[in-house]
Amino acid sequence: MTSPALEARDLQVSFHTGRNTSARAVDGVNLTLMPGQIVALVGESGCGKSTLARALLGLQPLAAGEVLVHGQALPTSRSGIKAYRRRAQLVLQDPMGSLNPRMTVYESVAEGLRIHGVDREEERVAEALSRVGMRPPQRFYTRYPHELSGGQRQRVVIAGALVLEPEILVADEPVSSLDASVRGEILALLLRLRDELGLSILIVTHDLGLAWNVADRIAVMYLGRIIEEGTTEEVLADAKHPYTRALLSVVPEIERLEPIVLVGEPPDPARIPAGCRFHPRCPVLQGGLPDEVAARCRGEALPLLPVQSGHAAACFALT
Amino acid sequence: MATDAPGPALEFRDVHITYRGRDGDVPAVRGVDLTVAAGSSLGIAGESGSGKSTLISTVLRLQPKSATVTGQVLVDGEDVLGMSFKRLRALRWAQASIVFQGALHGLNPLQRIGEQIAEPITVHDPKAARGDVDRRVGELLEQVGLPAARARAYPHQLSGGQRQRVMIAMALACRPRLIVADEPTTALDVMVQAQVLKVLTDLVDELDLTLVLISHDLSVLADVCQRAAVMYAGRVVESGPAADVFERSAHPYSRALAGAFPRIGDASFRYAPSGLPGDPPFPGDVGQGCSFAPRCPVAREDCATGTLELAAVAEGRMAACRYPLVDDRADAHRGDR
Repeated sequence: MTSPALEARDLQVSFHTGRNTSARAVDGVNLTLMPGQIVALVGESGCGKSTLARALLGLQPLAAGEVLVHGQALPTSRSGIKAYRRRAQLVLQDPMGSLNPRMTVYESVAEGLRIHGVDREEERVAEALSRVGMRPPQRFYTRYPHELSGGQRQRVVIAGALVLEPEILVADEPVSSLDASVRGEILALLLRLRDELGLSILIVTHDLGLAWNVADRIAVMYLGRIIEEGTTEEVLADAKHPYTRALLSVVPEIERLEPIVLVGEPPDPARIPAGCRFHPRCPVLQGGLPDEVAARCRGEALPLLPVQSGHAAACFALT
Repeated sequence: MATDAPGPALEFRDVHITYRGRDGDVPAVRGVDLTVAAGSSLGIAGESGSGKSTLISTVLRLQPKSATVTGQVLVDGEDVLGMSFKRLRALRWAQASIVFQGALHGLNPLQRIGEQIAEPITVHDPKAARGDVDRRVGELLEQVGLPAARARAYPHQLSGGQRQRVMIAMALACRPRLIVADEPTTALDVMVQAQVLKVLTDLVDELDLTLVLISHDLSVLADVCQRAAVMYAGRVVESGPAADVFERSAHPYSRALAGAFPRIGDASFRYAPSGLPGDPPFPGDVGQGCSFAPRCPVAREDCATGTLELAAVAEGRMAACRYPLVDDRADAHRGDR
């Protein structure tokens, strides 16, 4: 069996919030990205999804657990980390913020090559720009970010990631700052890169429609934990967890389920509730459950979901 | 229509807006006619640069100084563009108000939110008793689903969704009949977006307000509004009942915009994101004929020539397209690829 391109095992990340207090942004996560797979990590702001993505790239110290790359532990040495960062690239949300406004398109794309001392610079830059649909590439070399449209800027950012020929791409909200008519083009580009280059792609997003468009599998995150995981069809067309069902019910669309608008704000990772961490907002628990199940919801810790073992949801009401 | 029907709450008549720029004039809005009946709701969809925010800024005459506006903007039949400043001050907040996008920047970080909600009330009624104002602030906070005690909070103590609700409470402070909301949920998560939209639509129903909602997301408008208008390059390219515009778009641009937000569960969207080649035109960078023609998947040769006007395509529906896509296929909104 092939080993996963990237794997998180029982991963935890904490932040100090005061002298003696901390917030568990990622609180025990198992996640697997197989070679050539597109996995969407979905959840609301503050659920820990971006922190998890950063931890997978070695950009965030771990409190516990481990990250495995092709079955090997993430290197800790300086040179090891540098080599890993060439293989796993990050694409951020706001292309205007991730491009240096004083660097030309050529310089932005070539920067990674220079850092890693890679040869045949011009040839590689031209190839990366062509690959993201900026053709002929020479026409864009001397342009500055402000001379490009939003969609073109995001293409340059993706070209800058591709130029190092990575195996893994982590894209954090790759289209959320783009105009609606341009989104589809960037998503189609990600699909094409997976098909042509065999890239493994983790997309971090709050947008379930995006996940339905491109992802093979979906992991739904709530307050530092994965609460439901499965194929895209399983998770979105046959959602089990009350939180996933609530999220789906409020996606604006006509002819849909009765919307379940959760009350309250997304909770605080500095104060994680006992029992199931979703229980204070859970519409199923509020709707009434047998006493013994309700007691477990309020008091018993839920086990972590296993990795890619079909369709799984962490919920006492389902067992 | 019955003769005693109320007149429109808002009407744009042949509105043109031009920005004076360093490199010449930039036409942001190029001839818009729209009517919003009292008590109804209109959604305006369009991407950045389509002119939708510029257009609605004229409702309270808030357009930037560098903009020249021609045509008429009528609120309750009265032209906002020509009225005296004194009359305009009376109209702002009390007859019509705007909920802006980005609540983080709309609130003063150094002032308690209760004081900020009270400000329009005391501006309009300087003699209002302190106790009455406080009571009204508490009532407004409760209307948007926040405890009255939150009046003492500063903006940084609230979440994004709570701040956006404060913006709505502020807009309602002087009991206007017309609310314009410009991308009120753009920066918010889907669940918080649902909460804010629910607060807004419940209030519109309860208080019988007229609502104009601006969004780039046609699916949000179809969910919330009775009618919708789609703008592209400074013009309305389609208008009609919101559900029709979203599900059975007549204009190829509306169809592409609708297809950008896939229907979850519909297998035809799997591994098939739909988009358009190219980018929206830079305002002013439009030539002859249909300004969407360079990106249009079904454009024909004559689309780039002559002039285009909005024309009826069905009962109550208009589109500015020589070859409108009118059909009743259930899957019609999914866009052409």
